Amino acid sequence: MKKFVELTSRIVPLPIENIDTDQIIPARFLKATTREGFGENLFCDWRYDVNRVERPDFVLNNPLYKGQILVAGKNFGCGSSREHAAWAIQDYGFDVVISSFFADIFKGNALNNGLLPIQVSDGFLERIFEAVAKDPETRVLVDLYAQLVRLEASGDQETFEINPYKKSCLINGYDDIDFILNQRDAIEIYEAKIAG
Amino acid sequence: MGKTLVEKIWDAHVVKSDAGFPDILYIDTHFIHEVTSPQAFDGLRSRGLPVFRPAQTIATADHNVPTVDQHLPIKEELSRYQVDMLTKNCAEFGVELYGLGHPFQGIVHVIGPELGITLPGATIVCGDSHTSTHGAFGCIAFGIGTSQVEQVLATQCLLQQKPKTMKIEVNGTLGKGVTAKDIILYIIAQISAAGGTGYFIEYTGSAIRALSMEARMTICNMSIEMGARGGLIAPDDITFDYVKGREFAPTGEAWDTAFAKWKTLYSDEDAEFDQTLNFRAEDIEPMITYGTNPGMGMGISKHIPATADQAVSEQPSFQKALDYMGIEGDTLLVGKPIDYVFIGSCTNSRMEDLREVAEFVKGRQKAENVTVWIVPGSKQIEQQAIAEGLDQIFEAAGFHLREPGCSACLGMNEDKIPAGKYCVSTSNRNFEGRQGPNSRTFLASPLTAAAAAITGRVTDVRELLEETVYA
Repeated sequence: MKKFVELTSRIVPLPIENIDTDQIIPARFLKATTREGFGENLFCDWRYDVNRVERPDFVLNNPLYKGQILVAGKNFGCGSSREHAAWAIQDYGFDVVISSFFADIFKGNALNNGLLPIQVSDGFLERIFEAVAKDPETRVLVDLYAQLVRLEASGDQETFEINPYKKSCLINGYDDIDFILNQRDAIEIYEAKIAG
Repeated sequence: MGKTLVEKIWDAHVVKSDAGFPDILYIDTHFIHEVTSPQAFDGLRSRGLPVFRPAQTIATADHNVPTVDQHLPIKEELSRYQVDMLTKNCAEFGVELYGLGHPFQGIVHVIGPELGITLPGATIVCGDSHTSTHGAFGCIAFGIGTSQVEQVLATQCLLQQKPKTMKIEVNGTLGKGVTAKDIILYIIAQISAAGGTGYFIEYTGSAIRALSMEARMTICNMSIEMGARGGLIAPDDITFDYVKGREFAPTGEAWDTAFAKWKTLYSDEDAEFDQTLNFRAEDIEPMITYGTNPGMGMGISKHIPATADQAVSEQPSFQKALDYMGIEGDTLLVGKPIDYVFIGSCTNSRMEDLREVAEFVKGRQKAENVTVWIVPGSKQIEQQAIAEGLDQIFEAAGFHLREPGCSACLGMNEDKIPAGKYCVSTSNRNFEGRQGPNSRTFLASPLTAAAAAITGRVTDVRELLEETVYA
């Protein structure tokens, strides 16, 4: 799994609430049998018109905004469990998603792929949107060790929560399967107990 | 202090619980399908691992299959490749597959219960968020991502944080034309599309107890639409009667042993939930959604809420949803002309749904401008519907009974609602483009959908039920 420790980057703002995984990657693109290439259809129906011409009003098509951090409205990633949503965001080039609320399954999927979901307060999210509206070149620093997210220019910052196990997975690039495979004995003891 | 049902099942499945780590949870039953499993099998190959307990994984093809001419090769190349890949993976790794052409094929959350694979007290996962459906049997059942599918294939376990618990109690008697679908759409409208995030929900109360298993599955199915990982209902005689005698349900001594255990599956009286909510069945009318998430629903007689009445921070997203749907706040939805009706999906494609629709449309004709698709949840349901002559009733009404699959619920196969068109759908999600690019979805019960098919407009089904008595 991809490691994550620290990042300072410009940000891409998407101040819409309840962005579901069907918006992130529509079902008709889920026919692929590998994990690669989903980035080109990230937010497809917002990004392109029916003739696959870029919609100039969508943020990914606006040359003012770029960066490895996506900042979105609350309840990000609701709906379908498709991990393709996390793959698409990562494949496009994002390493972090900041929101004031994440849907459970998306959050788990992101963490299992080294894409860091950061939950901040509603107020801090609002201040990030305000900062980037004033200055599209606004940069944000993310420090996973310190569990800290900071607007670089103003120094306005907030700490965030992350499960300590998941934190160590991200920092070391380990995944859950590596962890559970080492517990094979415990699993077989459990099975014997249930069968007995 | 007593335990909730979720705690009882969870604790019985913990392989290991260490401070600072998620629990290692044992998974009894794992369902897979063609869309979210290929990358997991690839993962096993690259790690050089077998499937750890192949007998505990069951596969079917449902998301990406056509719903006509299933006996012919799939026309669309990518879809065919994906379905073929599932067949190949199952053969290579020793997993049982109920693929196209098999008499047990169908939507994964329909066939599990129908075959007696879904049993009370079990832990069940699948790479699909509507796995919560199986909770109707008193299971811990939830959707997972593909990395977790790989994890379960490799170890029959998942690393999971113990969830918080919520009790939702619905007491009273449902009114005429009000069904399980209306109960769950009502609850979601009350607590929002995010109101259940982080929780497992136990549904209780007299209105829930009175429901059939199929109706209970409809309720638990949509738990995810309020953000909850799962929803469940304590098993009772209705549950046991449903399970008994099914294809893979335990028999003889195994049944007696299982039955004794299942009778202990309830929340203790002094168990504490992290949150409790109460609703009255009498407050619920036939429901319909107007917006672009399942929380944007209302009683069918109500006016669409106005943007100005929303919290300031939520107004842009709310107005965006109304614009997408081509509707205005503070107006009625009843009377709005519609183009399509879709009766199907893991929410409402079971025998009872089809019977209810057939009884309602018998002797009636669909409106001329409306296309009606009925997509049964499984091959067995399709065959049963034909055996009962429901196909004839549908045909006479101008409805088209198709072959089983997920179909227009997610528009992954060719069953798509065209851009700009309105569909009254018995499925579970009204997201932008869910049923096809720029399609517009109104979620409702099978009865409300059938009523719209007949009138060609969003309709209060109660007005058409005057002469029919529904228990």
